[in-house]
Amino acid sequence: MEAPIRAREILGFTLLSLLFFVCRSSPSHNLLISNAERRIDLSSHIVKVYLTLKVENAGSTPTSEILLAFPPTQVDHLATVEALVTKGKRKKTTIVHLDVKPTELPDAPNETKYFTIYLANPLNSGESTTLEVLYLFTHSLEPFPAEIGQSESQLVFYRDSALILSPYHIKQQTTFLKAPSTKVESFTRVEPTNRAGTEMKYGPYEDRPSYSFSPILIHFENNSPFPVVEELVREVEISHWGNLQVTEQYTLVHGGARHKGVFSRVDYQSRPSLNGVSSLRYLLARLPPRVHSVYYRDEIGNISSSHLRTDSRKSELEIEPRYPLFGGWKATFLIGYGLPLQDFLFESSDDRRYLNFTFGCPLLDTVVDKLTVKVVLPEGSKDPSAVVPFPVEQHFETKYSYLDVVGRTVVVMEKKNLVPVHNSHFQVYYTFKPMFMLAEPLMLTTAFFLFFVACVAYLHIDLSIRK
Amino acid sequence: MAAPEISTAAVPTLYTNNALRNAFGGVLAFFILLLIGVMAFSIRLFSVIKYESVIHEFDPYFNYRVTQFLAKNGIYEFWNWFDDRTWYPLGRVIGGTVYPGLTLTAGTIWWFLNSLNIPLSVETVCVFTAPIFSAFASWATYLLTKEVKGTGAGLTAAALLAMVPSYISRSVAGSYDNEAVAIFALIFTFYLYIKTLNTGSLFYATLNSIAYFYMVCSWGGYTFIINLIPMHVLLCIVTGRFSSRLYIAYAPLVVLGTLLAALVPVVGFNAVMTSEHFASFLVFIILHVVAFVYYIKGTLTPKMFKVAVTLVVSVGLAVCCAVIAVLIALVASSPTKGWSGRSLSLLDPTYASKYIPIIASVSEHQPPTWPSYFMDINVLAFLVPAGIIACFSPLSDASSFVVLYIAASVYFSGVMVRLMLVFAPAACITSGIALSQAFDVFTQSIKFQLPGISSNKEVDAAETSSATAEAQNDAVKTEKSEETSKNRPSKKSKKKEKEEKPSTKAKAEKKRLLALPLDSSVISLLLLILLGAFYVVHCVWAAAEAYSAPSIVLTSRSHDGLHVFDDFREAYAWLRHNTDVDDKVASWWDYGYQTTAMANRTVIVDNNTWNNTHIATVGTAMSSPEKAAWEIFHSLDVKYVLVVFGGLVGYPSDDINKFLWMVRIGGGVFPHIKEPDYLRDGQYRIDSQATPTMLNCLMYKLCYYRFVETDGKGFDRVRQTEIGKKYFKLTHFEEVFTTHHWMVRIYKLKPPKNRIRGKTKKSKSKTSSTSSRAKISGTGKKNPWH
Repeated sequence: MEAPIRAREILGFTLLSLLFFVCRSSPSHNLLISNAERRIDLSSHIVKVYLTLKVENAGSTPTSEILLAFPPTQVDHLATVEALVTKGKRKKTTIVHLDVKPTELPDAPNETKYFTIYLANPLNSGESTTLEVLYLFTHSLEPFPAEIGQSESQLVFYRDSALILSPYHIKQQTTFLKAPSTKVESFTRVEPTNRAGTEMKYGPYEDRPSYSFSPILIHFENNSPFPVVEELVREVEISHWGNLQVTEQYTLVHGGARHKGVFSRVDYQSRPSLNGVSSLRYLLARLPPRVHSVYYRDEIGNISSSHLRTDSRKSELEIEPRYPLFGGWKATFLIGYGLPLQDFLFESSDDRRYLNFTFGCPLLDTVVDKLTVKVVLPEGSKDPSAVVPFPVEQHFETKYSYLDVVGRTVVVMEKKNLVPVHNSHFQVYYTFKPMFMLAEPLMLTTAFFLFFVACVAYLHIDLSIRK
Repeated sequence: MAAPEISTAAVPTLYTNNALRNAFGGVLAFFILLLIGVMAFSIRLFSVIKYESVIHEFDPYFNYRVTQFLAKNGIYEFWNWFDDRTWYPLGRVIGGTVYPGLTLTAGTIWWFLNSLNIPLSVETVCVFTAPIFSAFASWATYLLTKEVKGTGAGLTAAALLAMVPSYISRSVAGSYDNEAVAIFALIFTFYLYIKTLNTGSLFYATLNSIAYFYMVCSWGGYTFIINLIPMHVLLCIVTGRFSSRLYIAYAPLVVLGTLLAALVPVVGFNAVMTSEHFASFLVFIILHVVAFVYYIKGTLTPKMFKVAVTLVVSVGLAVCCAVIAVLIALVASSPTKGWSGRSLSLLDPTYASKYIPIIASVSEHQPPTWPSYFMDINVLAFLVPAGIIACFSPLSDASSFVVLYIAASVYFSGVMVRLMLVFAPAACITSGIALSQAFDVFTQSIKFQLPGISSNKEVDAAETSSATAEAQNDAVKTEKSEETSKNRPSKKSKKKEKEEKPSTKAKAEKKRLLALPLDSSVISLLLLILLGAFYVVHCVWAAAEAYSAPSIVLTSRSHDGLHVFDDFREAYAWLRHNTDVDDKVASWWDYGYQTTAMANRTVIVDNNTWNNTHIATVGTAMSSPEKAAWEIFHSLDVKYVLVVFGGLVGYPSDDINKFLWMVRIGGGVFPHIKEPDYLRDGQYRIDSQATPTMLNCLMYKLCYYRFVETDGKGFDRVRQTEIGKKYFKLTHFEEVFTTHHWMVRIYKLKPPKNRIRGKTKKSKSKTSSTSSRAKISGTGKKNPWH
């Protein structure tokens, strides 16, 4: 059953790669890659690829743009691409982050998608530089078999190419794949291919032309749970009375092989090493330090299985879902906490205030399919604007909370397909007059004053007709 | 409150002192009441502090779900709501079968708060509705008792009610049940009745009808009001206390109240058709006859009157006999004599256990035990007789009502433990009267014995025991008001009363003759305070320990700290997220409301036990062997079966302990289920001595499936025994989820196709005839078509 499928898939990929060869085009042939090394880490459900490229300008004109190519199937799962250059000699190396942007090329073969790396200094002809590229894939490990019982371990497929897809000629390249355990069921051989323990080495391959492609398929055991947050809504509410209230609403699903048939508690409890090894038992959330009033609940009440550990640098919240999550099982929950405002709200030079907060999901090692961050500014704040280090969808809403009259401005930011790398800081700038802080207390005071005046007036008025 | 002070400033100095004291007393009483309200609210928060802000138990979950629906869809949708999540495949018309008072109250509070931009969730509002209304209830108690025996008694009664354990048990935060608002409505209706009786004001009579309407909306216990008030009216008439005030208090209530009650869909025409309401109509007629007689008596000369009486009585008796005969014939023609099952079991305590096992199976419908009286009303049980005696001296219309109220409620509480709740306010009112009268007597005697104090009484009274002094003052005042002015007291007349106060001094002089010795009264006072302290300690203990558990989350304290058993919500959350939206879940009816509310899945039966046959079907399935049970469940479209099992952790109210009720209820409709089959020599047991029927029934198998593997012996910690049948396999069900402590186990019905093999083959052969013709000719000889 397994073999024919793989054979067919491999055939398909070979055909695809042939097509690449046939209709390859030639953008900027003046660049070539003299040496490429790729390390693919398959130990968790987020596939990490470290790519080291030695790029050489063989042409005559200086260039500052280097293209990275991805097959369309991978682009959908691509969460982030980062590139950096190490400069200087051994002692004092500095790391320079480079801009990476998705690019459309008109004559891309087979819908190949591109990312452009913008070098800080143009690469003159004859010069060479070494780039380090990191990119992450989510949802790229396909469970096979797709459904497993409680006592079975989780096997997954990973598909890639033995050769690096690139618009440039690559002189020499090697690919290393690291599986989480030595239990590798099968892997495609593209000679020379070696396997040593958990690592598979493809290459070195010499002098491959641009758009070379050679599909490989690895079938291996990955028993780590696949926590996927299908939807996360984070609401950050600023109160100028000194508190920052964060509420996070999760829809969590185990993205691994679906659970099939019986769930036996007696097996699960008595033999935890054999039963439900890939089940999701607990999650770790890393919260900012000085966090207070943490709560963890769902729509039917508090969930009692959580622990909070705090120290001066970070707080760790260990949460257990109500039940262990097997493949395909879902759970929803809510985490809320308060933070001291002075740690996150600052005044900028132009007399505006800005909130500096982390964007991504605080749960460690999770993929977030869709994240919505809502920053609720205090009532009366004006000119909000958000600065986020990566592209997000933005719009504004109005929210009414305790004793609001005009409503609070909410900055809503949405992004899809997030990984822990996205836990960087973002800023929301706004102007706010401290006078507005007094609006609500004054309103209450006035209301009570009027009430007492009405009481006094009532006691002094005699409305009876007969005297 | 400051007004009298100012208005009497110009009055001669003789009165100034008194007016000041009155104003001071008024302010004091106001603040005492405020504190009582705060106490009533906060003593009920133990459940939130010890556990969490969550809805409790079973019925509140249904009310919560209805409130959610109301908040989301609005009132018109609510009236027309047909709920297809329960009683599958029958469904239930929620809007027409529910007492909407509680839901509408909480819904209105929620709507009000949200329109003020206070974003509280529906759940929060529901959790805190009961504590808020118990504060209202204690204020209503104050008003009622004040009408009967004055401010002091009122304050004492309010304080007692604020923390009476019986009421706390039904109104802790999270106990979102009808009783939470109904007790307030009950007391408030009684207060307005007494108020009308005392004043004869139509305004209060109308308010009374509206309060009665609210009570009808809230709770089925409204029949208590509509029977008790007629009884009191009858009592007044019989004891010759008929007055125009009595007429005004009663007639509008019957007419308006019945009209309003008929507006509530769940009551509807029951308000005029059922026997529960007949007493009120009968008394209504009697009242009119009496009123007419009094009127005639006033216009005719005594001689003519006698003649008229004999004439009317002879004719009237004949007519009455005829009408009563017709009525009795009508009532007797219906099988239950026009009474509902619960009401009948009230009148005849043995009725339910004889005929309706489903009513008898509910623990709160059992008669209470003596300790439960002490647990629920504590020292009030001893104070009540004293209070009744105090009510007789002097006996007024209002105090006779209290006596009647307590007599009736004592009887009802003796029948059904749930009605202890109706008894508690009566006990609080009478005990409040007793306590305040006792304090009165003792403080009066002390004042009389101490010569230094009696000379400048006013000043010291305000300082030392101002509350009690004030109480005495007002007690005298109301007595006065009863005697002097029965008409509507406008503000002017209230002021006048206060100015009349000095004349009561003469009365106080009389009272001095009744004074007790100093030391004995001091000791008695101390003892009374001790008694009160004991009551407070007991109430706080009851609120904190006995009545605060939400019962969906259990805790146990062991040497290594607090252990939480959150299995119910674990199972419900699992059902909610990991089963299909339209899957049907079968369980015993206790868990129906929780399953629909927390798991949002369709259930077969729930806690609204309106269809006995349906419940019996589930009971039969649970007590049948696996195959028969599978067939029953399959015919009901059930996909999951949920059982509650406490054997691993020792949770006693699990399904095995409830199982005999399932057998009884099932056997009541399906006679092939016989209770003796499940009992060995009349004993219910699950060990090796148990009957084969018991060991093979579905409930046993689902509870103990693979239980033996936990400890190797299969020791059940609730029954304290090893189970009878340890190793067995399930053929028609498969385990899909068991919670952490095994308290909830969920099984899935296996799909049917593997069992009826012959049939599927036949149907297959029809569709794909060409390919397997050879096979069919060999095996399918029975089929005439080939």
